[in-house]
Amino acid sequence: MKTILFIIQKEFKQIFRDKSMLQLIFILPILQLLILSNAATFDVKNIAITFVDNDQSRDSRDLINAFKSSTYFKVTEPHFSEKEAVEEMQKGKTDIIVNIPVHFNRNLQKEQKTSISVSINAIDAATAGVESVYVTQILNTYNQNIQMQSKYFSENKEVAQNIMVIPSFWYNKTLNYKTFMVPGILVLLVTMLTLFLSSMNIVRDKELGTLEQINVTPIKKYQFIIGKLFPFWVLGLVILTVGLVISKVVFDVPMLGNILLVYGFTSVYLLLILGFGLYISNHTETQQQAMFIAWFFIVIFILMSGLFTPIESMPQWAQKLTLLNPIRYFVEFIRMVLLKGSGFSEILNNLLIVLGFAVFVNGMAVWSYKKLN
Amino acid sequence: MFILFGMPIAQILLFGFAITNEINNVDIAILDQSNDVETQKIIYKIKASPYFNVENQIDKESDIESEFKKGKIKAVLIFEPNFSKNLETKKVAIIQAITDATEPNVANTIANYTSAIIQNYQAQKKQSNSNQVKVEVQTRMFYNPELKSVFNFVPGVMTVILMLVSAMMTSISITREKELGTMEILLVSPLKPFQVIIGKVFPYIFLSIINAIVILTLGYFVFKMPINGSIFLLAFESILFIISALSLGILISTVSNSQQTAMMLSLMGLMLPVIILSGFIFPINSMPLPMQVISNIIPAKWFIIIVKAIMLKGVGIQYIWKETLVLIGMTTIFIAVSIKKYKIRLE
Repeated sequence: MKTILFIIQKEFKQIFRDKSMLQLIFILPILQLLILSNAATFDVKNIAITFVDNDQSRDSRDLINAFKSSTYFKVTEPHFSEKEAVEEMQKGKTDIIVNIPVHFNRNLQKEQKTSISVSINAIDAATAGVESVYVTQILNTYNQNIQMQSKYFSENKEVAQNIMVIPSFWYNKTLNYKTFMVPGILVLLVTMLTLFLSSMNIVRDKELGTLEQINVTPIKKYQFIIGKLFPFWVLGLVILTVGLVISKVVFDVPMLGNILLVYGFTSVYLLLILGFGLYISNHTETQQQAMFIAWFFIVIFILMSGLFTPIESMPQWAQKLTLLNPIRYFVEFIRMVLLKGSGFSEILNNLLIVLGFAVFVNGMAVWSYKKLN
Repeated sequence: MFILFGMPIAQILLFGFAITNEINNVDIAILDQSNDVETQKIIYKIKASPYFNVENQIDKESDIESEFKKGKIKAVLIFEPNFSKNLETKKVAIIQAITDATEPNVANTIANYTSAIIQNYQAQKKQSNSNQVKVEVQTRMFYNPELKSVFNFVPGVMTVILMLVSAMMTSISITREKELGTMEILLVSPLKPFQVIIGKVFPYIFLSIINAIVILTLGYFVFKMPINGSIFLLAFESILFIISALSLGILISTVSNSQQTAMMLSLMGLMLPVIILSGFIFPINSMPLPMQVISNIIPAKWFIIIVKAIMLKGVGIQYIWKETLVLIGMTTIFIAVSIKKYKIRLE
């Protein structure tokens, strides 16, 4: 035990000695949490839309005004030809072109029916889908308005049947993306930091040759490993604490659940990540290799965690793969506890899985470490 | 060596097939308090849609909370009692769509899909008396008529891979020489500093170009992503971007004195900003204004615009010269600052 304490002391000294490194360890995650959380929003707003008004009638202007008064759209200067408008889209200045045909007004009055064509830049398919829904919504209201007006003049005054859908958004009434993203980004930052540092740690000793020196001392392997990893475990929890304080104070993220539960889970989770880092460290010869492998896994873990893209939409085999992704469990967990106030019994499943992984990965890591020497 | 090529390939294949930001197969539950003909028909409609996966029926409102806490069910649709009767007599019937809005995007989409399904249902019912005044919409999806999300992800993943591989590998490999002390040996040799750097960086340029070619080939053949514009322009822009990422890597290596610092800057510092602020996943136009301004300093943002424009819109240099200039400008700044910092170290 005493030996472990000495190693831990040495590791902490090493971390605190490098002041510029220490600054980076704290400043980078905090800065990113503060800045990036604001950017991560799927809300589709400020959609640049332009019109080709071939009709120039009162009705067509009404239609354009309907779009102008919507908060989703940013109406840019109208164009006189489709070609000009498409040019704008190619330059990336507009995302939607609405083409109002000649005789729009006349057809509407005489034949009761007319059509407009809407061209949407669909490179980002999901955004295009949302944009198309917004356009339809505005048009529906517009249609209802003109129907009301025409009904006013006709004798047919029967009220139409109407099924109303009333959405209510639980746990996040205003659909605030920050409460959703901040805990997620915090999880990513904690994971990245601890994984990168731990996977670089032992391989660094290998590269500099100091590992051999330690190997000839009477220090036992497990003492060495625990001593090496413990400081990062503490570091992870410290970053988590700072992050949680920022989430509460700056972003006003609700914390409905038990905060001790968060710490309990994170402690186990960090063991998993550190074990994984150690495993990478054992199987590489240089820090560069270790980094590349850690990078590879982190990118996969991040993009397949369900934080940025929904897991339900992935194909079946990919959904199965995400079951191996530790970040997925952490993201799920922290949302359940902070935002929904889930209790111990509801998160037990996630905890057990992470615990299982942690035991497995650490077992592998210690085993492979012994094998190398 | 194998991992250098194998890993980006594995990533692009995995992400190309697996990631989509469309929302479908959402698990929902239904609470039908009237259980009559009308609600049965609507439930049937909802079950038939690809968006929803009706997981189960629940019996009382108090169950919703516990369902949500378990985390599987994302929404519950509640039909009010006497649904058909209300529709007949009061002309209005109400469906409540209660969604778990811890994931706001999913929640919002569920609400939109539900109203779209209901509107469709009503439109079909109304068909008989359909001589009402109306404007119809004909929507055309430009550049991506089948709405494949992979068209958005291939340029994004390519950018993330090129950016990080180039910046990370160069910065770490140069600081490695410093840390091991071999840099000094190189510096006292008759080689000029810039020759040393170019020699160090060259293999990574080569490597990144091969990575870019592999990714684009996969995109073209596996994901059927068109290359509508000039392939030479695309090659030129890719090389430009690789060089700018490499020069960022050099810059990082000049300011850091250990591989760990270099790693912190290039990985911790770059990874999330590149993913979040580049327009890869989150549309930049929707961000708050300060974020839009900040996103301008991310080289990846400009490259993604360029790649999408060339591959999907099929435009030429006259449409993207501004973005190209920005990349050139950034590269120049990175190199200039590195040279300046580098000299200070020598004296």
